[in-house]
Amino acid sequence: MNTEITQAEGNLTSYTVGFVLSILLTLAAYFSVTQHIFTGNALIIFIAILALVQLVVQLFFFLHLNKMKSRWNAVIFWFMLLIVAILVGGSLWIMKNLNYNMTPAQINAYMNNQDSL
Amino acid sequence: MTHETESQEVQKFGFWAYLMTDCVLFASLFATYAVLHNNTFGGPSGHDLFSMPYVLGETFILLVSSYTSGLAMLAVHKQAKNQALAWLGTTFVLGATFLIMELHEFSSLIHDGHSFRTNGFLSSYFTLVGTHGLHITFGLIWMAVLMVQVFKKGLPPKTTSRLTLLNMFWHFLDVIWIFIFTLVYLMAAR
Repeated sequence: MNTEITQAEGNLTSYTVGFVLSILLTLAAYFSVTQHIFTGNALIIFIAILALVQLVVQLFFFLHLNKMKSRWNAVIFWFMLLIVAILVGGSLWIMKNLNYNMTPAQINAYMNNQDSL
Repeated sequence: MTHETESQEVQKFGFWAYLMTDCVLFASLFATYAVLHNNTFGGPSGHDLFSMPYVLGETFILLVSSYTSGLAMLAVHKQAKNQALAWLGTTFVLGATFLIMELHEFSSLIHDGHSFRTNGFLSSYFTLVGTHGLHITFGLIWMAVLMVQVFKKGLPPKTTSRLTLLNMFWHFLDVIWIFIFTLVYLMAAR
């Protein structure tokens, strides 16, 4: 077997480690929600962290991001993360401000005004 | 041979760039869902609609299919044609099972009167999860075509590099599903 390819595509051990870790992380997230181990913001932060850890696990053990030859793979990955952060964070920020700045009465008045046009 | 491996690296890089832009597409759908998920228009929320054990089952089936897809790639690099076909076949069956489960979930929601036309929450839910399902569908078609190719022609370098890209695509879909599972289903169930 070509050693270069083995390195680039991983091996049975790396796939199995990634697979077992993913199962454990999924089960941890599932039972922390169904068994109410945490509540409120602590639970949200906990399952968000588990999802991010599983993202890293799958990027390394399944997609072999660390073994890709071109540095540009990592560059566009980080650029994508920047765009995603702006897109998701920005949307939530703007919509939260809109909700905060408009009372339900204002929203109704605005919608009635639109209807009459 | 060096030219061939070089062109395969370029292909992988191009496909990786496509996957990253697909991430941006999914991010915009996730943002839409995050903004609209409370707009149920007086109807039931995700907490009442989603069956968590069912979704956990879907998650595990997709995760196992991601693993078997990796095993297929290991067989491909060993030039073990039959082994590669067997793992690809397993991946295909698991992927198809996932898709059927998802369609069943959609049809029972629509049947109970919770279609994508009901409110903003369900519109964004069906768009986000449906787009992932559409990717799975195209992945399955691609996989079927490549399985026929492997069956007929074996594993020449061209087919091998196509299988490498399919493998990346399939792992990528599992990565997207982690976030659908966490942000859509687990957040609703809490």
